[in-house]
Amino acid sequence: MSETGIGKAVKRKEDKRFITGKGKYTDDIRMENQAYAAFVRSPHAHARITGVDTAGASAMEGVIAVLTGAELAQDGIGNLICGWAVNSKDGSPMNMGPWPALAAERVRYVGDAVAVVIAETQAQARIAAEAVEVGYDELPAVARADKALAAGAPQVHDNAPGNLIYDWEIGDEAATDAALAASAHITAMALTNNRLSPNAMEPRAAIATYDAAEDHYTLYTTSQNPHVARLVLSAFYNVAPEHKLRVIAPDVGGGFGSKIYIYPEEIACLWASMKTERSVKWTAERSEAFMTDAHGRDHVTTAKMGFDKAGRITAFKVDTIANFGAYMSLFSSAVPTYLYATLLSGQYDIKNIHCNVRAVYTNTVPVDAYRGAGRPEACYVVERMIETAARELGLHPAELRRKNFITEFPHETPVIMTYDAGDFGGNLDKAMAAADVANFPARRAEAEARGKLRGIGYSSYIEACGIAPSAAVGSLGAGVGLWESAEVRVNPVGTVEVLTGAHSHGQGHETTFAQIVAERFGIPIENVSIVHGDTDKVQFGMGTYGSRSGAVGMSAIVRAMDKVEAKVKKIAAHALEASEDDIVIEGGEVKVAGTDRAMGWHEVGLAAYTAHNLPPDMEPGLKEGAFYDPVNFTFPAGTYICEVEVDPETGVTEIVQFTAADDFGTIINPMIVEGQVHGGVAQGIGQAMLEQVVYDEDGQLITGSYMDYSMPRAADLPFYTIEHNTTVCPNNPLGIKGCGEAGAIGAPPAVINAITDAIGSNDLAMPATPMAVWQALQAARPAVAAE
Amino acid sequence: MIRLKVNGTPRTVTAPADMPLLWVLRDVLRLTGTKYGCGIGHCGACTVLIDGARANACLTTIGSLDGAEVTTIEGLGTPAAPHPVQAAWIDHQVAQCGYCQSGQIMAAMDLLAQRPDPTDQDIADFMWGNICRCGTYPRIRTAIRDAAARLRAETAE
Repeated sequence: MSETGIGKAVKRKEDKRFITGKGKYTDDIRMENQAYAAFVRSPHAHARITGVDTAGASAMEGVIAVLTGAELAQDGIGNLICGWAVNSKDGSPMNMGPWPALAAERVRYVGDAVAVVIAETQAQARIAAEAVEVGYDELPAVARADKALAAGAPQVHDNAPGNLIYDWEIGDEAATDAALAASAHITAMALTNNRLSPNAMEPRAAIATYDAAEDHYTLYTTSQNPHVARLVLSAFYNVAPEHKLRVIAPDVGGGFGSKIYIYPEEIACLWASMKTERSVKWTAERSEAFMTDAHGRDHVTTAKMGFDKAGRITAFKVDTIANFGAYMSLFSSAVPTYLYATLLSGQYDIKNIHCNVRAVYTNTVPVDAYRGAGRPEACYVVERMIETAARELGLHPAELRRKNFITEFPHETPVIMTYDAGDFGGNLDKAMAAADVANFPARRAEAEARGKLRGIGYSSYIEACGIAPSAAVGSLGAGVGLWESAEVRVNPVGTVEVLTGAHSHGQGHETTFAQIVAERFGIPIENVSIVHGDTDKVQFGMGTYGSRSGAVGMSAIVRAMDKVEAKVKKIAAHALEASEDDIVIEGGEVKVAGTDRAMGWHEVGLAAYTAHNLPPDMEPGLKEGAFYDPVNFTFPAGTYICEVEVDPETGVTEIVQFTAADDFGTIINPMIVEGQVHGGVAQGIGQAMLEQVVYDEDGQLITGSYMDYSMPRAADLPFYTIEHNTTVCPNNPLGIKGCGEAGAIGAPPAVINAITDAIGSNDLAMPATPMAVWQALQAARPAVAAE
Repeated sequence: MIRLKVNGTPRTVTAPADMPLLWVLRDVLRLTGTKYGCGIGHCGACTVLIDGARANACLTTIGSLDGAEVTTIEGLGTPAAPHPVQAAWIDHQVAQCGYCQSGQIMAAMDLLAQRPDPTDQDIADFMWGNICRCGTYPRIRTAIRDAAARLRAETAE
């Protein structure tokens, strides 16, 4: 194995530019003659628009155009769509309300765009946007999902009676009810999964350029999936035909899901560039990001888990209300259904599961996938329930888990997933050993002597990644296939370019993807470059989300390399007058096995392009493409153990130890994988202890800046102990499962289980702020007589 | 007209006095390594050194900088010859998306100038103003301690 091959901690190729300020993010790019866009946004959560007066703004210095929703509609720009059709259990289709990029009749959340001002400078555009006079007839609003379902609640969309988007179910309800009724013990809980703001540090941005001579558009944008953006922009929004639109996602400063979707601003910039024949640039302010980036989570759930006398789970019944906000974002419908309810079996052998999900509209920003997307919500329900059950049954939480772990694979759950491989007991063992669980009682006693409450909490998570087999998701309503593409080009000098449909926005693909090529062909990693993020360069691809770029994106590269290798062997066999079966590729040479006859890798490349001595009927050139469609999801799993100390006087909680034992399948670059765990766990701890989007009763956003929305900072996070317990994924060529989301999925229940263990009260919701912890402590303490 | 030094080079800037340094750097001087994150001094993405001390470029008006010396990420090392702090960042593979790292590194420069051998607690306290959504904080800590050792070794030479 080479020093840069699979499993090596190769230093990242992208870091030299990132660390010296030479990265090229969208806002760093400046077009000749560019103008700036500023959006006029609704200050109301719900209102009818009575008029938009643009006269004053249009006359202001530097203003090029003021464009409204009425003009957008006149020009035939289509409404934004949700790309995954989920039917209610009665068979009726989901109720998708109209979402124009600029509202002409009604606004439905604070921040809903009404008009866009194009001006010579950003300051001029923003000042003029303030001068656009919009008449509003305010309507009653609803911000909370459970309240949106109440009788008489304000109606967000006319075509969604009772604000219900769908009422969906999975599993056998009658069997689950019967098994619950026969259970020796039932654990029942009400759980809220707090609403989060993704907050990539790079705000969303777009630069659209229309070339009238060519009738062609170019869009630089902060996207996780530029081809999907181009497809949706052309096929649904009619902004530009697909072959006349180039979408480039250059360096992208974090996505975490929020940059999957196509938002009104990109549509408006493209349209405005055509109207004004100028490059139009827009960069979100942070307050705009809080107001308009799709939020995550926001579930309200009640659940019952039944156990027999031996502590085996008999049934699991879950009822969830999911807040979708004011409009259905691109992936929204899939999140609380196929990414959530299908993971409710956790790591456990449960015969009966039923889950009902009601998705509802509210007057809040749309909610969609955020790191983990449905799986953190599922893991939170399962792992809070089993930990609570262990306490109620008087069992060690590890023992109850072990009694119920799935141990044989493949394993089909009652909620349509087939787990292919795993070692759940092994993960737990590794985590417990690394966390030194045996000595926890001593640590607790020592903390108690210092006046601190020490607690320990577990979380054995599983997730479905490698999204996803196209036919399977198609049968479930997906509007697209979820394969990935790759093209491997061997140049005449033997250097290699890989064109991938995946997109890197922090994952280090330029390094890991190059590693698998360097290893396969025995060439220096410096001779491999990865091309991504530009629809004019790269064949159609599906982008990066759902921890798919290893399991699906790299698999496509492997398939393309298979084809390259086959052709290389034919060329070499012909030139070396040997049988193709005897040719091996080793150490940068293409050899006849067992002889000294060999060609350099670069000589084969050159031979392919000079075409002077190729086998009869072989086409010149050396480049091959592949579209890889996975046969199953992949199932990363692991156990996280969190240890906390709570100051009972203040509720201030410190994570004193956090241990992760993950099974990600094959690991290409352990340093990058460890970084992904750091990041996922940081966001999971953020959800558990700090973060919460708050809307007031009237739908006003209270958490609109870093002063109100608490982000995890350096001192909030511990050092982590990270272990791996690898079982290889049997369903893709490299055996990869994926690692990007695990931390965000597994961490929240581990943290809350630890804090509730410390304080001796289970009545604690996320985020467990010092005040929340202190209040839970006070509520749990026996009343003390006043002195 | 404001005269200042940026990365050692004398510059004369014609801009409204209340224009934040961040936009002078990015839009006027075309030094885009310094990033916008929040505009209110709460994320640290725009951290630069002003006369050696870290500052949020988004909160510092250009009018207040006549005669000042500003150092941005471009003023440290280059891809071919990174500054020891940058070299530590690369060796410990700190960056993920990279967006906040210019600010993180500039803050670390100030910390290391003040404390050549910072403890983990020093680092956590000092770096409080810089958010990294990718969660690279453990690696930042490690890289700062390594950079501190490299800089001390340089000084000792």
